Amino acid sequence: MEPTTHHLYSLFHEISGYIYPNEIELHWKLLIVIYPYLTGLVAGAFILASLVKVFNVQQLKPTYRMSLLTALAFLIAAPLPLLAHLGHPEKSYEIFLTPNTTSAMAMFGFVYAWYLGAVLLLEIWLDYRRDLVLWARKEKGVKKWLHKALSLFSVDIYDKAVRFDKKFVKIITIIGIPSAFLLHGYVGFLFGSIKANPWWSSVLMPIVFLFSAIVSGIALMLIIYMIVTMMKERTVDRACLEKLASFMFYAMIVDFSLEILDFMHRIYESEESIKILAELVSGKLFVSLIVIQLLIGMIIPLMAIAGAKLFKIPFELKKIVYFVSALLVQFGIFSTRWNVVIGGQLFSKSFRGLTAYKMEFLGLEGLMVSLAIMILPLFILWFLFKVLPPWDDARNP
Amino acid sequence: MMNNKIINNKINNKSLNTEKPEPIIDSAGCDSVRYDSEHNDAGCDAGRRNFVNCALASSALMMVPGMLGAGEEEKPDPNELVLGDGYRPKDHKWGMGIDISKCIGCGRCADACKSENDVPREPFYFRTWVERYRILENGEAVVDSPNGAIDSFDEDKLDERIIRSFFVPKLCNQCEHPPCVQVCPVGASYRVEDGVVLVDRDYCVGCSYCLQACPYGARFLHPETRTAEKCTFCYHRIVKGLVPACVEVCPTQARIFGEMEKKSSPIIRFMRMNNIGVLKHSLNTEPKVFYANLDKEVR
Ligand code: SF4
Ligand code: SF4
Repeated sequence: MEPTTHHLYSLFHEISGYIYPNEIELHWKLLIVIYPYLTGLVAGAFILASLVKVFNVQQLKPTYRMSLLTALAFLIAAPLPLLAHLGHPEKSYEIFLTPNTTSAMAMFGFVYAWYLGAVLLLEIWLDYRRDLVLWARKEKGVKKWLHKALSLFSVDIYDKAVRFDKKFVKIITIIGIPSAFLLHGYVGFLFGSIKANPWWSSVLMPIVFLFSAIVSGIALMLIIYMIVTMMKERTVDRACLEKLASFMFYAMIVDFSLEILDFMHRIYESEESIKILAELVSGKLFVSLIVIQLLIGMIIPLMAIAGAKLFKIPFELKKIVYFVSALLVQFGIFSTRWNVVIGGQLFSKSFRGLTAYKMEFLGLEGLMVSLAIMILPLFILWFLFKVLPPWDDARNP
Repeated sequence: MMNNKIINNKINNKSLNTEKPEPIIDSAGCDSVRYDSEHNDAGCDAGRRNFVNCALASSALMMVPGMLGAGEEEKPDPNELVLGDGYRPKDHKWGMGIDISKCIGCGRCADACKSENDVPREPFYFRTWVERYRILENGEAVVDSPNGAIDSFDEDKLDERIIRSFFVPKLCNQCEHPPCVQVCPVGASYRVEDGVVLVDRDYCVGCSYCLQACPYGARFLHPETRTAEKCTFCYHRIVKGLVPACVEVCPTQARIFGEMEKKSSPIIRFMRMNNIGVLKHSLNTEPKVFYANLDKEVR
């Protein structure tokens, strides 16, 4: 393979101060920004679904199945950016065969498999089983067989069996919540446990990741719910939307507080790295951190939602406010991931200088592949909605 | 822990070990890792398909190239491993001393390292490099290392008066508690009993996690192999009783290499005669590269 190093020469002009010579190139790029973004959406969507089952928030029921399928769609895509960024994806199975027990990254496969197999797929299957059987009875051709197969050819839909399903779903959800926390808290740990990097190294990292995940997941479900209902030409359930907006708001408040706490803590402690981090935040990260993450992705939507809740405004307008806020939140959370992953590599571990990141357009780690990976879950979701319609009226009475 | 597991596997796998091993570390060879992998493929061809054991075993070969005799015993002690030239890792403990006051910044060490270890010549990949520090009257430190100092330094003038100036050679610190080893998901980075931290090129998946975890910027991803690389203390040389290339070429003997636990070793004398510092002490990595006359500005 031709080593591609010429693009690195142009980075020389972007360096300010002194960086170690091996630090010019960022080793975790856009793909690694996408990875925590996707898993965050998974965890968030799942936790929203749990609100219905475990905490019995009835208003959110219209989003329950949608959230589960969304979590699944994004979970399927989540390992792709990780795989694509490896220097040797073909050897990635070694992580399963000879995992290094002291490595957080080595645990990825196990956490992932657990979450996918033991939690998400099982919950979806149990929740849909009765409907699958009944759909299959009514249908013909491919669909009949598809649904039959998906129900794993079970036929028992008597009360007792269905009651069992319901109970079991609840148990799985209860296991699922810590699992979702694990899935995303773990991603935070990947970064938070790197003591060499003061931007990452923080015990708060997993928790901040978690709450930002919940925020992004709820925002995503709000967006999907509104788009899907509009596309199906149905009316948006008012109570449901209000609840979604409220929960998003609460999660944002917690997330915001945690981030502020982290920020204050760093400033108060003022460790050796504070100078270079201040330079980073006021310079190369200013737009993505202060403007997009904080202002556009957090403060504006917070105020907008609060305003919409406090003042009596028509529901039609409220819908727009919520929808736009949720979109802004998505941008904000994406920047959060960017600021962690890219931001954490822009400064030298000598704390004396900054390097730069120039995004490639083509190539495995370029923009196009990343966009494709981001869009993929939406296609998967569309397919899942076709096969397992999540709408209330598709349920069998 | 991982390593012991690997070693055991290797030892139990008789088929790998019955032939008289060739001298793995060829005198012309500049990269032990590469030589090992050839061995690996030859010795373990069918075995590779033979489930995990062989995968483990191949890694052991990587780590302990061509053990002598160990395979004949029923349950040999993994600590009794011997490398090609009768080298037993457990009998050694390597360290390096660097006297900052002696370094003249000629960069011959960085150059020799690139030749010795086939490091890409582009200015982004270094197993060792030299930094120049110039402390100005206003207290500011100006640091640079153009091309790792391979072409030494220009005499570019600074506006402010310089009150202190010195050169600091850098390399992997062969940490006693290496974060790079801790985070490697597949165990491709490992610590040998003699204290040297190595990378198994055949195993490395190129995830770059170790690059993130190393506090010293001592690692890079090789642009061709797409695997992690770092200073090995010239492992292929030290197992034969030679010193690392950088130590060999240093005209002022600013670099000293030797055993940490043998009284006659030059490093023991070095530690006795100088005030010693290590880099980023607070991170508790316990470097085994020791600096004499370390300035507070050096990070
Ligand atoms: S200096 Fe870096 S590469 Fe070397 S052992 Fe320590 S952490 Fe690992
Ligand atoms: S790049 Fe290679 S050596 Fe480094 S952590 Fe990943 S697999 Fe291990």
